[in-house]
Amino acid sequence: MSYHVIVIGAGSTGAATAHDLALRGFRVTVVERGEVASGTSGRNHCLLHSGGRYAMRDPESARECIEENMILRRIMPEALELNDGLFVALDEQDLSFKERFLAACEECGIPAREIPVKQALALEPHLNPNILAAVQVPDGVFEPFRFCLSFLATAKHNGATILTYTEVVDFVFQGRTVAGVRVRDRRTGEERVIGGDIVVNAAGPWSGKIAAMAGVDVPVVPTAGVMISVGRRWNRMVINRLNMPGDGDIIVPQRRTAIIGTTSWRVEDPDFIPIPEDHVRLLLDRAERFIPGYTRGGIRGVFAVARPLVGRRGVAADGRELSRTFECFDHAVDGVEGFVTITGGKMTTARAMAEKAVDVVCAKLGLEIPCRTREVPLLSYRAFF
Amino acid sequence: MPTWQLRLLRGRPGSSPRLETYPVELPAEAYLIDAVEKIWAEQDRSLLFRHACHHASCGACGVRVNGRERLMCITPLREFSPDRPIRVEPLRHFPWLGDLLVDVSPMMRRMAEVGFAIIRRDELTADRPLPEGIEQGTRFEDCIECGLCLSACPVMAADEDYLGPATLAAIERMRSEPRDRDAARLLALADDPHGAWRCHSAMECTAVCPSNVDPASAIGRLRRWLIAEKLRRWFGGGR
Ligand SMILES: Cc1cc2nc3c(=O)[nH]c(=O)nc-3n(C[C@H](O)[C@H](O)[C@H](O)COP(=O)(O)OP(=O)(O)OC[C@H]3O[C@@H](n4cnc5c(N)ncnc54)[C@H](O)[C@@H]3O)c2cc1C
Ligand code: SF4
Ligand code: FES
Repeated sequence: MSYHVIVIGAGSTGAATAHDLALRGFRVTVVERGEVASGTSGRNHCLLHSGGRYAMRDPESARECIEENMILRRIMPEALELNDGLFVALDEQDLSFKERFLAACEECGIPAREIPVKQALALEPHLNPNILAAVQVPDGVFEPFRFCLSFLATAKHNGATILTYTEVVDFVFQGRTVAGVRVRDRRTGEERVIGGDIVVNAAGPWSGKIAAMAGVDVPVVPTAGVMISVGRRWNRMVINRLNMPGDGDIIVPQRRTAIIGTTSWRVEDPDFIPIPEDHVRLLLDRAERFIPGYTRGGIRGVFAVARPLVGRRGVAADGRELSRTFECFDHAVDGVEGFVTITGGKMTTARAMAEKAVDVVCAKLGLEIPCRTREVPLLSYRAFF
Repeated sequence: MPTWQLRLLRGRPGSSPRLETYPVELPAEAYLIDAVEKIWAEQDRSLLFRHACHHASCGACGVRVNGRERLMCITPLREFSPDRPIRVEPLRHFPWLGDLLVDVSPMMRRMAEVGFAIIRRDELTADRPLPEGIEQGTRFEDCIECGLCLSACPVMAADEDYLGPATLAAIERMRSEPRDRDAARLLALADDPHGAWRCHSAMECTAVCPSNVDPASAIGRLRRWLIAEKLRRWFGGGR
């Protein structure tokens, strides 16, 4: 087969899509304007979701998460810390969700098990000793950069070309069909055209901008969030608040740090996101409730990045109401052939997003090639270099 | 809000680099990576730099700040004064690709050759009850492969083929934590004119390492191990 597919963006979505395409035998070129994972994927909260967070409000996302979580454990051993997670009740209101949470997890196929508070505190001695309940779930932690590199290394091994520091500046059309992209090499400043049979837009919160270059509309709402990393790893497992998803309700441990996050607000331009000071205060305040003395090891870094949430129905101002599931748009319905957008979702569900996008690509070309990314183990991220 | 003066090394291979000054308005709570990203977003889209995690975990954002190796993402602006320029240059001893960007593949290939796994046993869990169904806690290794130690190392400057502090520290980690390792191969890698013996204990690696790896001490332990292994062989200590 000699179909050539161009993927825009080397975040988790683009990286997984490139891998899936290469495995199914396509010629693949990835164009990324910066370093791999320099957009949303590099800078997120690093939580390999068990789905527990979404079980009560967004069961569709929750099911996707647990399924993908289990697949990634098999195919990506190098970029994951697998120590589970705890959902803890800090007050009576949290506690009132416990039965509903356990039932919702069961409904979504998430192995969740209540453990005695005493055992939870023995496991996590820095946890607030006044917690009222603890439920253990198979959360994990990933290394976002190496997560993306693992997919790209494998794609490269299977023939894909990865062009970093290469920015898409325009689309090339043949009639109403996308025939390629015009790119600028940021190292030389030179522009050139890359021809392709299909272009996949995996530009995360920038996918609206990319789609606009091709004259179509993608309802993606860049929704930012702040995270704070501190100088000590207080917890071994991921600590979540047992309640509806809200601000500052997860502390993710990674290497020697713990990270509290996140918040949620809409931004116009995801290129640079100034950090609202009140979000920092709110997060530190919340962290203190989980782990008293959270900042005693000093604050190490404060960062923000934007989610590519898909705004289908009425959109709440803070974006929390938007589903965290993903969407694949075949822009043939907008009158543009040869162009697909895959966005929304999560890092945890990148593989499933890729499967969906490549299924659409195959259908457009009249091909029937099965997806194999569930089984094929990924190469080490170092194989990328 | 204060305005910071960043002096960034600019240029491309083939032309001589120059330092250029960019004023950036940001609160003192922001970090150097925010300032560089803001210059890219608002002043010059051709600026080349590396970054991903913004919390000292991916190892991508290493540079030299006023002559010292640092990670931009955990270098707070409040360390500097708005009226003194902050000089930012790329890491040394890596192929230069332009502006603040270097090619880290030589280091990554060496780490791959050593076979350094980045998942380790979590020492936090050594004496704690583990949840049902879990035999041991794991976590990522401390080394984030940022290359700061390579850039700071005076031996790297003199010997291109020197394995380098990060790689030697990785060998030492693999030796000290039993893993599925081929001890003879590790020994051979380290016991080489470009290996552990090349280090002359300048300690710069440990001074700049942002992640508590302490490569200098690791190299010291590795040498002691190499000597002990040799003695054992010479005097027929057997195994
Ligand atoms: C605060 C926050 C916390 C989160 N925490 C988690 C979590 O804990 N767990 C989880 O699973 N998910 C989490 N997510 C969600 C997850 O990070 C995102 O869903 C995911 O990273 C999106 O990946 P992407 O590849 O679609 O987008 P991106 O990673 O943004 O990739 C898009 C890429 O396109 C590139 N690009 C843009 N324009 C162009 C152009 N013109 N030419 C070429 N390239 C271009 C960008 O540089 C970028 O690298 C979080 C999100 C946020 C905002
Ligand atoms: S040893 Fe330290 S300085 Fe060297 S690459 Fe590893 S983390 Fe960076
Ligand atoms: S951006 Fe990852 S270490 Fe600084």
